[in-house]
Amino acid sequence: MTTAAPPMAAPSLALRWRRTLANPRLWRGVLAVAGFFLVWQISSMGALPFMTVIPTPVEVAKAFWVFLAMPKYWQSWAESAQRVFWGFATAQVLGIPLGLGMGWSRSFKELSYPLFELLRPIPPLAWVPVSILFWPTNELSIAFITFIGAFFTIVLNVLGGVSSIPKELVYSAVSFGASPAQVFWRIVLPATIPSIATGMMVGIGITWNVVIAAEMIAGNAGLGRLTWEAYLAGHTPGVIVGMISIGLAGYVSSALVKLISIKLMPWRKII
Amino acid sequence: MGMSQPVREDMESSLAAPVCRAPDGALSIREVSKIYDPEGVHVVALDRCSLEIAAGEFVAVVGPSGCGKSTLLNIMAGFDHLSTGQILLDGQPLATTEVKPRPGSDRVVVFQQGALFPWKTVLENVIYGPVVQKALGKQEAQERARQMMARVGLSGIESCYPGHLSSGMQRRVEIIRALINDPRVLLLDEPFRAMDTVTKSASHEYLLELYDATGKTIFFITHDLEESIFLADKVAVMTTRPGHIKMTIEVDLPRPRDYRLLASPQFMRLKAQAVEAVHEEAVKAFQAGEREMA
Amino acid sequence: MMETALIVSLIAAVALGLGAWQQKKKAQLYEISWSAQVVKTVTGKSFLRTVAGFVIFLGLWHLTVSVFRLPWFNRLPGPLEVLREWLSPNPAYGISIYTRDYYIHILYSTYRATTAFVLATVLGIPLGLLMGWNRKFYDYALPLVELIRPIPPLAWVPLAILVLPGNEPAVIFVTFLVAFFVTSLNTLLGVESIDDNYFRAARCLGASNREILFDVVIPGALPFIFTGLQISMGAAWFSLVAGEMIAAQYGLGFLIWDSYSVIAYPVIIIGMVTLGIIGWASSAGVRMVGRKLMAWRQSELSGGGQAGI
Repeated sequence: MTTAAPPMAAPSLALRWRRTLANPRLWRGVLAVAGFFLVWQISSMGALPFMTVIPTPVEVAKAFWVFLAMPKYWQSWAESAQRVFWGFATAQVLGIPLGLGMGWSRSFKELSYPLFELLRPIPPLAWVPVSILFWPTNELSIAFITFIGAFFTIVLNVLGGVSSIPKELVYSAVSFGASPAQVFWRIVLPATIPSIATGMMVGIGITWNVVIAAEMIAGNAGLGRLTWEAYLAGHTPGVIVGMISIGLAGYVSSALVKLISIKLMPWRKII
Repeated sequence: MGMSQPVREDMESSLAAPVCRAPDGALSIREVSKIYDPEGVHVVALDRCSLEIAAGEFVAVVGPSGCGKSTLLNIMAGFDHLSTGQILLDGQPLATTEVKPRPGSDRVVVFQQGALFPWKTVLENVIYGPVVQKALGKQEAQERARQMMARVGLSGIESCYPGHLSSGMQRRVEIIRALINDPRVLLLDEPFRAMDTVTKSASHEYLLELYDATGKTIFFITHDLEESIFLADKVAVMTTRPGHIKMTIEVDLPRPRDYRLLASPQFMRLKAQAVEAVHEEAVKAFQAGEREMA
Repeated sequence: MMETALIVSLIAAVALGLGAWQQKKKAQLYEISWSAQVVKTVTGKSFLRTVAGFVIFLGLWHLTVSVFRLPWFNRLPGPLEVLREWLSPNPAYGISIYTRDYYIHILYSTYRATTAFVLATVLGIPLGLLMGWNRKFYDYALPLVELIRPIPPLAWVPLAILVLPGNEPAVIFVTFLVAFFVTSLNTLLGVESIDDNYFRAARCLGASNREILFDVVIPGALPFIFTGLQISMGAAWFSLVAGEMIAAQYGLGFLIWDSYSVIAYPVIIIGMVTLGIIGWASSAGVRMVGRKLMAWRQSELSGGGQAGI
């Protein structure tokens, strides 16, 4: 885009800042968020009758401060994060090979895919009782449900990725004399990485959803439980602190997954 | 598919029917420059570009990829805004530094990738212009569309979706969709670029038939020299960016033209002349390492 | 026992009928006789492998749970046990296809999911279109959406119970919320996916903003909208089940959790299978409507040629 242009210096940092700050789009966003909190504050203070149950942002901020000092709060973070990690990691470890296998071998796909499609529509949380019955510990059963949440997504994404590899890529490798193993490791696997990344991005979101619900239903610790206990104790600011923490946790883990995807695919621009 | 049908006797009257006036659509492009300035990076896309196009003239603009020919077309179509200079249409200012042109049915564009609405049938596509402008009622528009399509051998596909058709057919329909509005200028942005040779040459003859029948001013962008000489009255060669018109070649080949012309000595002579001019620019563009972006 | 056999054969007959009907359509496509097509399919490797897949799954389930009674597995109900209970006129745990309660649970869940889904669709599509259509609105709305979206819908359950009158609206609300975000964001993506040239072409031909909305924006975004609706349907069932487990009377999610508490284990599996069937049927329904509305797209997929969507 810039070839024929006269040589130019990169805009200085100050200039870039000025440009960013001069952008009306940024200010619209800031205005919207500020407006949101303002409306929340005013309506909780009594402007809207049904909103009075909800504490004001200021009260929530105060409660947050208290939570930050509690070891239990940080334990909850660790508990939930651990469950997400194990469920998510297991889903990748089992799901990626399964998806690759289905895409690679037609007979394997015919054997397993219809069955897979039969189990997929069952919502992950419906597995809770069976999971509790089956696994010896509560911890394992929650991790299993988390696993279910991410598993189907990753398998489907990997399978889609393998099926959409351009045939030319494979043909050209074969014509250079690549063995099937080489085709698999050098062509199929790298070409599937973008789909794996997509599957991971979607999967991590589902995983947090599942963990929170599972903790509320059957957990004894974790951010979901923390929120639920605050509700049971009638401590509404705590409920909102829990919600915000869960949102933050989801946000941070999505950012981590994105970082991993960028590392895995240096050739791809990720927006 | 009946790609190259002879022009029917009555086609001329049918396509030009509602306009019984002298052909208009004279374009005057004067010293037009376009400077993009995203994030403070100064990119000169067009540099004092000038070109005179008479009413009813077929002008082809050739140049290497990314030389700014599409920018020029976008400014005329009203998709973009010029930085300096002016463009006149029939003596009236179309685009100046003050007047920002809006897209309109007097300058219809036919796009490189094709822009028939895939969710509308061929007939719905063709009547779209007259119907939204309320120039014709739906019935009348359909009537007229059917007539026009019949005259150019496009009968029987009215209820197809564009996705059913070959790219050649799609482009023919798109040209009809433009012509039914009776535009003053037809702006063609490399419409035959992605076609195979056979489809392309059939499309050329089709376009020439339409041009001979309607006498519309045509502004045709391409990077295919042979195509430009075969089709146009005048070929304008553009330089690499910053683009301006390097030279114009008058094509004094007789009309109506057909494919036999491609082997004629006159054609060869013109082509040699043009190749010389374009090659120099192509090498420059190549060395500048421009990414394909036309 | 007789009853069970009868129902199994009834279901088998329906399945066979459906299969046969599909084979007839296929036979027409390949222009061979119906019986030849049936033979071709049934003896085909692909069909046999699919059957083998199911047999292996059910067989393993049966063997591990009911025959060998392996540790861990022996706490689960076996396939035969579940089937017998499901099809029994006098179910031991009170839920089978003959009992009224079974259908009440189904109806409750379906009603909640449908309400939430319809609300999410009616509100989510216009929001997405507006965000894609109007730059300024996008600038204001997107930060808010992004602010609220990372909070999983289930985390809203306690707050929803507090603010809304009663558990019923709360469960519907969390179900709605997740479907709403999915639908609106996919609609937005759909508008953004439309090739600029369609807008330009419409302007060239003299379309007004309103006409562009109806002739370009909406049809152009439709493929994404329907992908979004399918995901939203799945997400709705997902949250609904969780919501029902946490805070509802009646409904399949409630049934599953309640059966666990009262040690009616076969009912858990019945509930899961029922959820699977309904969930599958509802997204198949969305897919079908989508296909009807996008006849142009079907042909495009097979015909090729148009770029863009």
